[in-house]
Amino acid sequence: MKLKTLMAVTASAAALMTSAAMADTTLNALFMSQAAYSEDNIKSMTASFEAANPGTKVDLEFVPYEALHDKIIAASGAGDDGYDVVLFDVIWPAEFAERGFLTDVSDRVAADLTSKIFDGAWTTVEYDGKRYGMPWILDTKYLYYNTEILANAGIETPPETWDEVLEQAKVIKDKGLVEYPLVWSWSQSEAMICDFTTLTAAHGGSFFDNGKPAFETGGAKAALDYMKTSLGDGLTNPSSLEYFEEDVRRVFSAGDAAFAMNWTYMNSLVNDPNESQVAGKVGVMSAPGVDGVSEASAVNGSMGLGIPSNSPHADQAWAFINHLTNQSTQEEFANLSLPIWKASYSQSAVTDGQEDLVAAADKSIAVMYPRPLVASYTEVSSILQKHLHGSLLDQTTSEEALANAAKRVARIR
Amino acid sequence: MSAISRSREKWVLLFPAILVLSLITVLPFLQTVWTSFTDAEITAREQQVNWIGLENYIWALTDPDFLEALGRTMYFTAVSVGLEGVLGIAVALLLNQKFRGRWFLRVIIILPWAVPTIVNAVAWRLIYHPDYGALNSLLLQLGFIDSYTSWLGDPDRALNMVILADVWKNFPLVAYIALAAMQTIPGDLLKAAAIEGAGAWKRFRSITLPWIIGPMLVVLILRTIEAFRVFDIIYVMTRGGPSDGTKTASFYVYQEYFSYLRSGSGASYAVVVAGISAVLILAYYAGIRRDQRGA
Repeated sequence: MKLKTLMAVTASAAALMTSAAMADTTLNALFMSQAAYSEDNIKSMTASFEAANPGTKVDLEFVPYEALHDKIIAASGAGDDGYDVVLFDVIWPAEFAERGFLTDVSDRVAADLTSKIFDGAWTTVEYDGKRYGMPWILDTKYLYYNTEILANAGIETPPETWDEVLEQAKVIKDKGLVEYPLVWSWSQSEAMICDFTTLTAAHGGSFFDNGKPAFETGGAKAALDYMKTSLGDGLTNPSSLEYFEEDVRRVFSAGDAAFAMNWTYMNSLVNDPNESQVAGKVGVMSAPGVDGVSEASAVNGSMGLGIPSNSPHADQAWAFINHLTNQSTQEEFANLSLPIWKASYSQSAVTDGQEDLVAAADKSIAVMYPRPLVASYTEVSSILQKHLHGSLLDQTTSEEALANAAKRVARIR
Repeated sequence: MSAISRSREKWVLLFPAILVLSLITVLPFLQTVWTSFTDAEITAREQQVNWIGLENYIWALTDPDFLEALGRTMYFTAVSVGLEGVLGIAVALLLNQKFRGRWFLRVIIILPWAVPTIVNAVAWRLIYHPDYGALNSLLLQLGFIDSYTSWLGDPDRALNMVILADVWKNFPLVAYIALAAMQTIPGDLLKAAAIEGAGAWKRFRSITLPWIIGPMLVVLILRTIEAFRVFDIIYVMTRGGPSDGTKTASFYVYQEYFSYLRSGSGASYAVVVAGISAVLILAYYAGIRRDQRGA
């Protein structure tokens, strides 16, 4: 009798422990608080996931974009206590895949998704024919313009080429409408490389040719010259050299710039009267092209969600990723980040009130240009950042800066 | 008690301290030194770590950017510790005088030092902000500048502006140690000197300074070590920019490890930084010993 009681107690205790363990699955997820979905967006997506999946809880952590890469690396050595879901940038899959930081999820992705999602989004998570996550943020930088300033300057149509951007900016400056018509995120950071990539693509340049640096001449040099000219002529706000994306949004929202380059998320925020003094006076278009070279230009600034290889909860993590990336979630939160799904772009939930943005996206997604797809990208980028920034500060000519950068890139171990 | 058992007792009593010290400092240091001679990388895959001798050191010491960063770090250390020393002693002299509200000033002067470095860095980044920084607004209202200036936008100026933020945070420590030392100077000594006709400068040079120099050297050693490995204030204020103008040696250690994932190479950068710190410390010790022999 006693033995039976003991066994019953043990059995029920074991049952309790199992259910407790099931109820206690906590996923650690790493996101950024900079551009694209806001923290509030991600919190409400997570709340609906938790409601649909009792027993799984998600702890969210938000860091600035600049800290994201190093956080993912540092946590890779944390064993079971690391992250289960991480947001990663389009420039990292090569490095993360080669070093085994991310789980290969090729087998988990349903085959029929391939054609339903944009190719540009898939490249965000692919390396060497394998998939290391799901694309989530399909993003590129657009050219925003203040319609009121343009009208006051007597400009009827927004610029169609990058040269026209400078011409119109000059008219606006000469009329004294704003001191510095152009604002960019040109701090020594990845944000600057994104603008440089857009301009390089517009000028028909490339970064590497057969694994060798090819950015000393041609389109890349033309891009740097363009940046320097806009600063030298007083058309670009000189504080751009300290700005990140949020600074660009603040300056443009205050009506202190006629043109600004920024990600998708800025569209709804500059049109929100609580956030902006120029609400309703904003145009958005694909970044223009260069006469005889390109029609439009764009950088692939997409990001994906993956499962670090040390996560002990890969199944639950994948369920969470599926929830965040599925079509209905993305359509519900389409005002700060546009969906990865082709079909979404004809849904009124996505297009209503942001027809200009969707039209621009249609054009930009088709020409999205990648940053170099190399495993040492982080180092290539920081070398470029240093030398481009020095040249924008007028310490070197564009030839010197790019030649020095190429020499340093060739020295990478 | 015999001499032998006393000596054994000494070791038994010291054992816990030696054990803890070995675990938290000696072992990690030895491991870093060992790693610096290998090609280890940060990876989640199996890796074969090979002994590659001095290759990492040759690489680090032929890296023109790293050598530039070492020079920049020495400048940062010399200027910030120098200013902290001068400002600290000056403030201590002031606080050592008798005046109304002295106790209040003595309390609030420590506040900058009590602020965490990260908070201090964020605060100064806002003070220097090109568009809504307090410094711009103050200087404009006082008529020193005509338009808002980008304080952290120019590589050379940015480093000096970061030094200013670092000095503001750290001079109170120096001031407090100096003040404590000054309070032990017998009042009669200074009075006698004054009666003998020694002026304020003469009294400072011949009595106050020699009296406080020992404690000053100790606090300046501490500050030198800290300043030479400076990382956090720069990471927050400028991230090494503009155009690497504020990238210090420790920043390269961090970058080699966490951005470029070369732990072997990163370890060699770290050992170089530690080695230079050790030389600086030895120089100070030599100074202290000479001072003690002279006293």
